[in-house]
Amino acid sequence: MAAPRCSRCACLLLVFIYSLYVVVISEEPTPGNEQHASVVENPQTAAETEKQPTEERRWEATQVDETVPDDAAANKQDLPVPDSVLTSTPPLKDEFQEELVIRPLHSGDIYASFQFRTVWETDFTRGSKVSHYRLFPKSLGQVISKFSVRELHISFTQGYWRTMQWGQPYLPSPPGAELWVWFQDTVTDVDATWKELTNVLSGIFCASLNFIDSTNTVEPSASFKPLGIANGTDHRFLRYATLPREIVCTENLTPWKKLLPCGSKAGLAVLLKSEKLFHSSFHSQAVHIRPVCQDEPCKATSLELRQTLNVVFDLHASGQGKREWSLFKMFSRTLTEACPLASSSKIYIDVTDNPEEDQFELSPATHLLSQAVVLGDRRTFSVYDLTQQVTFGTVRSLNVLIRWKSTEGDMLRPLLHAERYVAGYGLQTGEIHTLMYNNHPFRSFPVLLLDSVPWYLRLYVHTLTVTSKGKDNKPSYIHYQPSKDRMRPHLLEMLVQLPPHSVTEVTVQFERALLKWTEYTPDPNHGFYVGSSVVSALVPSTVAMNTNITKEQPLFSTFFPTKEESSYFIRVYTEPLLVNLPTPDFSMPYNVICLTCTVVAVGYGSLYNLLTRSFQVEEPNPGLAKRIANVIRRMRGVPPL
Amino acid sequence: MGLLSDPNRRRALINLLTRLNAPICGMPVDWLVKTMQAQGLEVFTQSFSRTLPFPDENKERYIVKGTNVYGILRAPRAPRTEALVLSAPCSPGDNNNQAVGLLLGLAHYFRSQVFWAKDIIFLVNEHDLIGMQAWLESYHHTNTTGMDWSPLQGRGGSIQAALSLELSSDVITSLDIILEGLNGQLPNLDLANLFYAFCQKIGVLCTIQGRLQRNDWDSVSGYSHAVQTMMLMVMKQASGRPWGDHGLFLRYHIEAATIKGINSFRQYKTDITTVGRLLEGMFRKLNNLLERLHQSYFFYLMPSLSHFVSIGYYMPAFGLLAVILLLRALDLWVQLVSPPAVAQSSPGVLSVLTPLVISHLTGAALYILPTRFQEIAVEHFPVSETEAVVLTAIAVYTAGLALPHNTHRLLSGEGTEQGWRVLKLVAVLYLAVLLGCTALINFSLGFILALTLVPVAAFVTPHVPKTLSAVVLVILSPAFTLLFSVFFFQELEEMPVSFQDGWLLYLSVISQGILDHYLYGSLVYPLIALMVYPCWLLFWNILFWK
Repeated sequence: MAAPRCSRCACLLLVFIYSLYVVVISEEPTPGNEQHASVVENPQTAAETEKQPTEERRWEATQVDETVPDDAAANKQDLPVPDSVLTSTPPLKDEFQEELVIRPLHSGDIYASFQFRTVWETDFTRGSKVSHYRLFPKSLGQVISKFSVRELHISFTQGYWRTMQWGQPYLPSPPGAELWVWFQDTVTDVDATWKELTNVLSGIFCASLNFIDSTNTVEPSASFKPLGIANGTDHRFLRYATLPREIVCTENLTPWKKLLPCGSKAGLAVLLKSEKLFHSSFHSQAVHIRPVCQDEPCKATSLELRQTLNVVFDLHASGQGKREWSLFKMFSRTLTEACPLASSSKIYIDVTDNPEEDQFELSPATHLLSQAVVLGDRRTFSVYDLTQQVTFGTVRSLNVLIRWKSTEGDMLRPLLHAERYVAGYGLQTGEIHTLMYNNHPFRSFPVLLLDSVPWYLRLYVHTLTVTSKGKDNKPSYIHYQPSKDRMRPHLLEMLVQLPPHSVTEVTVQFERALLKWTEYTPDPNHGFYVGSSVVSALVPSTVAMNTNITKEQPLFSTFFPTKEESSYFIRVYTEPLLVNLPTPDFSMPYNVICLTCTVVAVGYGSLYNLLTRSFQVEEPNPGLAKRIANVIRRMRGVPPL
Repeated sequence: MGLLSDPNRRRALINLLTRLNAPICGMPVDWLVKTMQAQGLEVFTQSFSRTLPFPDENKERYIVKGTNVYGILRAPRAPRTEALVLSAPCSPGDNNNQAVGLLLGLAHYFRSQVFWAKDIIFLVNEHDLIGMQAWLESYHHTNTTGMDWSPLQGRGGSIQAALSLELSSDVITSLDIILEGLNGQLPNLDLANLFYAFCQKIGVLCTIQGRLQRNDWDSVSGYSHAVQTMMLMVMKQASGRPWGDHGLFLRYHIEAATIKGINSFRQYKTDITTVGRLLEGMFRKLNNLLERLHQSYFFYLMPSLSHFVSIGYYMPAFGLLAVILLLRALDLWVQLVSPPAVAQSSPGVLSVLTPLVISHLTGAALYILPTRFQEIAVEHFPVSETEAVVLTAIAVYTAGLALPHNTHRLLSGEGTEQGWRVLKLVAVLYLAVLLGCTALINFSLGFILALTLVPVAAFVTPHVPKTLSAVVLVILSPAFTLLFSVFFFQELEEMPVSFQDGWLLYLSVISQGILDHYLYGSLVYPLIALMVYPCWLLFWNILFWK
């Protein structure tokens, strides 16, 4: 008996020691770090702070001739270099950056895009068991190592991105939930792993991802290439699924925020309050995990985790109708500090359309400017660096305010946009129309269209037509995988060349299947969803693409790889479709079943009873004395009374 | 209900309406586009053109060109999968200005709300039904009637419900709901219930068929009032034409109704803000729908807004009429099977087939000739195109009556006793199937036809007195049924007409029926011309059997 108790004590002791160790480890960076950094790494800090002003100077010098009369810029260079800089730490194994991009939109709405990036110099593929996590969330790390995930992209979106009003998003996502995963090529049974993975992710993100099964999973052959570094692109290791009906709410936001190193306690994540985020026209949150190069020669890989959150606030729904936005009005919070664990923490405001401050006015004014090529366009951003105490001013809080001066709002003409609808009437057949607009005045470009249609819409592929400008437009590549009833969906991928300044229409007819009566959803008259089709394209860029990706570039501009200098990659999602299937009147079977059961139970039961029962005359119970007498008589061997 | 409680919004709405009191219609497309854009809607326009098969004299139009303007309020949280439609027809003249104004006011108010789960499409359609037809066909990318329209640029997914608005003045005494749509289709009864519930809640007088509800059900006058209301519905449904702009939505399985403001001489008036509140309430209810309206009846007749007669009650009435035909058929069958007393040669197939073919050819002529020969008719007779069409139709119809005699001259030999029995058996069964199918789709039409045709089918033989029977037969023919229906309808509407006016009305009803078929795809005209009239000719044929 002593031995187990002893071992239990030992266990407890071990746990205690370990927890102490953990506490020490976790406390180590916060107070000690500062001194550590300021003492030991002073040269590097100095070097970096030195480097930054020089760069700023260079950029502003180019800018001076054009617009900015910069007295303030000169002032800024004289700023004292703050002593306590948290940004530069000794080469750690992981690093965390956060940023917020705010883009005032033509329509008066405002687009805010958060990105949080954790890069971890580790490699799960090596087989070494990783057990110590610092900035990288352990829950995701374990999932990645257990299921041998090479890349994972998951997004939850509420609302639909209005390309015509808002332009292109930094990170597109379809309405509902989208999940696509590249597995390591060591995985033997991809389908089983995928099934398990979706169930685990469903738990992590509190979403209905467990409804992903073989009937809505496809293996796109060309549309979804790995975004990180990858050796092979064998699409057998890729799985793609969408749940267009998934509703996104706070229960998805909370687990998403918990993955951040600072949670929602400090840094930009303070702004993520659900009561404001969900009071918007568009909300999308995503997690992207991919392997990236550790350094220039790319000998080793790191794991990159990007958590992004995009939100568009509506001018009209905000009440007053004044064209004015501030951090407080958007998020009902202001910023007071950066996340202490972040190596960089910045706010970018897109001021490209506002070179002379005639469109809107920005306060507090900032003199840091940055330029980046985003979505084929060179954009200028005002930058607020949250790691600098100066940013917060004397009130110790930052509330960026944008006030419009003009009140015009036109429809945009984005280079590429797509829409989709169901044509026809009646419940037997229909036609899916997908329209792709190329608004480029003189360049044609190819797009990849991916359509995944559930099996209960039986596509007639022989009716597939692709027309642009009234002429037949033969796709140069078609990959079609027919559906199997109750097993897998249709997958249609094709490469179509879009002529300049044209609308290309892809139509395919379908027949609506009659489901079995248990296969209907509880609300069959609502209709059945068909997920968005995906249009992936290399769109001609308006500026030559900058290829040398250095660290100073904002994160949002460096996500998709670009192969050609003159074009950039975008992905456009169409709206999902709601299709009504022939639905029986469910009240009728219900009544019939109830009635039949009653009739059978009462009528047939009693009749059967009457017919099969044999009637006997039952003798009354003998009295106690008689029974005793009988017992005695039986013992005596005489017949009973 | 925010629309009334917020004084600013109320003032804005009233301003808009006063500005609209100046005539704007004749579709100020640019102004509408600008106004809707300023309210933060996604605005699109659609142009369409249509040449009518012959001039429409009621609405004075022949070559129609127009533009629809619509703005889409995008639901903040929904991915463009579902939509609701609020439409107001805007025609030359200023008789629907208030509806357009109210539509814009509602758009402005709805835009600032966050609870919308379905896109809301605000549609101002020109040339009432033709514009609506163009918009709907374009939205669903179908073309059933050969209209030219430009494709739509913006859509909102599958439309769940639609309301059409007609207001002619800025104060109203009551609101009328119109349900009868194309081919006698009706929206789900829950839409009418919704309207009734909100009228009760807000305290607006509401009517159906323009008739107020009475509370004295048990009295004779109350009962007859309800019956008259229901008969009006039966007549309107039987006509198969859309009685408001909503009528065309029903083809696409979109529940729709027209709400019409009526300004009569009553003391108590309701202002337009109250109508706005009512619409807001209805839209918020529809917005909350998880499924399409499907829980209630699609087949019903309404003696008042709060009462309905379901299919289960009215179908037996039709069933009893149809049983007469089946019994008569059984009787004929028995007569045919039992060996005849006198040996007769069995009738040839030809003697049955010939009348069938000839009467159907006459029907086809009735369907095709009126629109084809209008030009020739106009050249040779001093009539307008519309008159030419109607008069050709009547001429073909009358000419059909002379055919039986000619048919028999073509046939060799005389018709036998067995012959007419076989023909009548075929005709009776044909009529039974025809009426049964019609009643399933459009009960009122089937019932009215059954009322007139079943007696004919029951009594007609070659042995009844010829002249009297011929008169009865003609009086009970489809054309006379239509004539009586016109007078009966006017009687019910409490607008009795003299015979002269009635005749003119009758002619215009025929031309409208033909137009409805060509413009919107109404099926009543082809049904009468291609099926019912030939069937009636068969009985005519039997009467004059030799």
